[in-house]
Amino acid sequence: MARRTQVSTRLNGNDIDFLCEPQQSLLEVLRDELKLTGTKEGCNNGNCGACSVILNGRLVDSCCVLAVEAEGAEITTIEGIAKNGQLHALQQAFLDEAALQCGICTPGLIVASKALLDSNPNPSEQEIRFWLAGNLCRCTGYDKIVRAVQKAGRQLQEAKQ
Amino acid sequence: MTTVERSQYKVIGTRPVRPDGVEKVTGKALFGADVQPAGLIHGRVLRSPHAHARILRIDTSEAEKLPGVLAVVTHADFPKTVARVEQLGESTINTNEVGENVLASSKVLYRGHAVAAVAAASRMVADEALKHIRVDYEVLPPVLNVIDAMRDDAPILNELLRTRSMGGKVGDKPTNIAAYNQFKGGDVESAFAAADAVVEHEFTTSMVHQGYIEPQTSTANWNADDNITIWTSTQGAFGVRGLTAQILKHPISKVRVIPMEIGGGFGGKSPVYLDPVAALLSKKSGRPVKMTMSRAEVFEGTGPTSGTVIRVKAAVKDGRLTAVKADLRYEAGAFPGSSVGAGAMCMLGPYIVENFEIETYDVVVNKPKTAAYRAPGAQPAAFACESVIDELCTKLDLDPLEFRLKNSAKEGTRQVTGLPFGRIGCEEVVQAALSSPHYLSPIEGPNRGRGVASGFWFNGGMQSSVVVAVNVDGTVNLIEGSADIGGTRASLGMQLAETLSLPFEAIRTSVVDTDSIGHNDVTGGSRTTFASGMAVHEAGLDIQRQMCARAARLWGCPPEDVFYEEGVLHCRTDSTRELTFAELARQSARTGGPIVGKASLSARGAGPAYATHVVDVEVDPETGKVSILRYTAVQDAGTAIHPAYVEGQMQGAVVQGIGWALNEEYYFSEDGRMLNSSYLDYRMPTALDVPMIDTIIVEVPNPGHPYGVRGVGEVPIVPPLAAVANAIAAATGHRFTDLPISPRRVVETLHNLD
Repeated sequence: MARRTQVSTRLNGNDIDFLCEPQQSLLEVLRDELKLTGTKEGCNNGNCGACSVILNGRLVDSCCVLAVEAEGAEITTIEGIAKNGQLHALQQAFLDEAALQCGICTPGLIVASKALLDSNPNPSEQEIRFWLAGNLCRCTGYDKIVRAVQKAGRQLQEAKQ
Repeated sequence: MTTVERSQYKVIGTRPVRPDGVEKVTGKALFGADVQPAGLIHGRVLRSPHAHARILRIDTSEAEKLPGVLAVVTHADFPKTVARVEQLGESTINTNEVGENVLASSKVLYRGHAVAAVAAASRMVADEALKHIRVDYEVLPPVLNVIDAMRDDAPILNELLRTRSMGGKVGDKPTNIAAYNQFKGGDVESAFAAADAVVEHEFTTSMVHQGYIEPQTSTANWNADDNITIWTSTQGAFGVRGLTAQILKHPISKVRVIPMEIGGGFGGKSPVYLDPVAALLSKKSGRPVKMTMSRAEVFEGTGPTSGTVIRVKAAVKDGRLTAVKADLRYEAGAFPGSSVGAGAMCMLGPYIVENFEIETYDVVVNKPKTAAYRAPGAQPAAFACESVIDELCTKLDLDPLEFRLKNSAKEGTRQVTGLPFGRIGCEEVVQAALSSPHYLSPIEGPNRGRGVASGFWFNGGMQSSVVVAVNVDGTVNLIEGSADIGGTRASLGMQLAETLSLPFEAIRTSVVDTDSIGHNDVTGGSRTTFASGMAVHEAGLDIQRQMCARAARLWGCPPEDVFYEEGVLHCRTDSTRELTFAELARQSARTGGPIVGKASLSARGAGPAYATHVVDVEVDPETGKVSILRYTAVQDAGTAIHPAYVEGQMQGAVVQGIGWALNEEYYFSEDGRMLNSSYLDYRMPTALDVPMIDTIIVEVPNPGHPYGVRGVGEVPIVPPLAAVANAIAAATGHRFTDLPISPRRVVETLHNLD
């Protein structure tokens, strides 16, 4: 077994340290070491987006990031989206619009949608579809997901005004 | 059975937030791979690199010596069992073949076929150990499609296999044709001779995968007292329990299966793959063992659906569909049992046809054993049949929906099996499509076309058990055993709320493990909201009866004088007597103890489902790309318990169907290697590939269900293949008969036409 490296990172607003092997992905460490199993493994090669997290403000597939790359980084996972027991507008919109069925892709889609709304608060349908093309969902046909993101975007805009 | 009057519904037809919703949007819901018991180690599977080979020798000794390796198993570790044929949801399985599929004994029948498994301290060590297992193979020529497999000189997968036909006839020589059957009625040849038009084509469809995003995963713990616990992702916990017990020759009561949240299935998570292997590794290592497939293993080692070759000849006379002759050849994969029978029985479901002749072949090939995929078997057959009907309509200048309306199956129409339909909504669905804003709108512009197609699916019944426990504060726990794959905790809780006239929020629905409820069949065949819903209704009535008896005791009147209405108990003879559900619940202890209702049943009266779809496409002649411009799906739900989830089922199935029509296929090398076993290369539709999917829910209540439920999950994937192909035919003037209609195929075909 390779020597383990200590990594310091800011995860969902908390400073934490973890030990990992050099070949371990961020996804593996999140799930197996830190027990944050909300981030899902669907393909382990960056094609499905179920493992989406926000790393230093950028949307990434955590299966394609080495855990050691998280040194000094700021990471948001699905567990960090709701604040103080309050669901994020996206989470509420996914519930209200029935934008999930089995729910395995849902954490990744919500994280990805948050990254979109953070940079583009008022996206068009086409912009949402383009942005979410890296997140596969096999249950919904995307219709209700796109509507949920549109609705959350509108609500966040209204809340600001 | 009487169906409750529609207008009385208070909860049914509303759109509450699903009970498992918050856990799923916050990442707290526990799926199969999220289980992490103390002492957990990791199992991996060694898979065959060959599509067809004899196993001469397996040497695991080097792997066993590797540091960190705790157990290695092969088929030889399974106890010898006698084959049993069991019903598994929508397919029949031979339990010995399941054992052969989860770990091969003497022959590998497809690339990816499991040969051995290792448990080790980490996934990485387990993967390393696989490289130290030596397997000597005698490589045999593979056979990869039904046409080759049916040749007289074809390589034979199983020397003992003989063709079985209706009436118990068994063939006399080794073959790859596992089954041959016929459905016949009337006189097709005379009808063809008298027809105004006849169209005949041969169609092919490729093997495709259900594509659920969560890979198969199973964690097993075999205790020293021989009690086995399995945490798994499955559509049927009781099926996993039964098959694991059978393969391991273990008492059923000593296998406890805990169904975790399931990340998609679509039929593909009805079979077992990892569960008995993980259990065996746990027995050998004395540790809990988790096994999770990689995406490539999911493609190569689990059951996709059949590739098919289908020939259809159909005739029209005076606007009537007078004859259909068809020949369906479906790949079963490595072991017998494709869904070809369902294809034959569904393809004419939307029509009245006097004269028909359908032949079916179930053919083994060196590909993964096929599994159910959403209305299994019906989609390729509908693709072929609905394409031919479309061409007949074009030839005779008939509106394709008017044609379907004129020829629509109705109550009393005989199916190809000879059984008459009960009350069905076929006509109502076509009528709704005809008058939809989409169909009434014009389609204009170059390279654009509109297609329509219809589809039929039986829907299933089967066994369900539920328990309903009333709490002292008037809330209710509904305990059930059907995997919730798309919102059935909501649809069952809503039916109980309706039966008891309680608010939906008063009901908490839980899917429990196999130790905690009676047998429930697999979540498949669109059966759960129907059959478990029927059980929920019965259990609700049981609660009502018990509460009436208790109120009678309190009031000192005969039980028949008490009635339950709108969640309140009343006395017929004394109108001053009244107790709400919660008031009586509070008095459980002194009126006879906990109030628990239950129901167990084998549901009959499943109501068939119909769908008709309309789609507009644009074909780019330069790139071959087909864009879906607009899509409308119409479907009879019987009663839509939770309309948002009915729409969701329709929309999801449509997009799967679009993928099947345009992009998805297993692509094999000549020696039987799948060349596109990743999501990058096996291209499923993304959000960018599809538009909004419009839905129209038609409600023709099923008289066989207290709330008129039919089941909705499967039929919406039946029409899209043909609807898209018909739209492309309208846009290009060319009939594409092979799926997928990929950009390459479009460009090559249109180029050759020029």
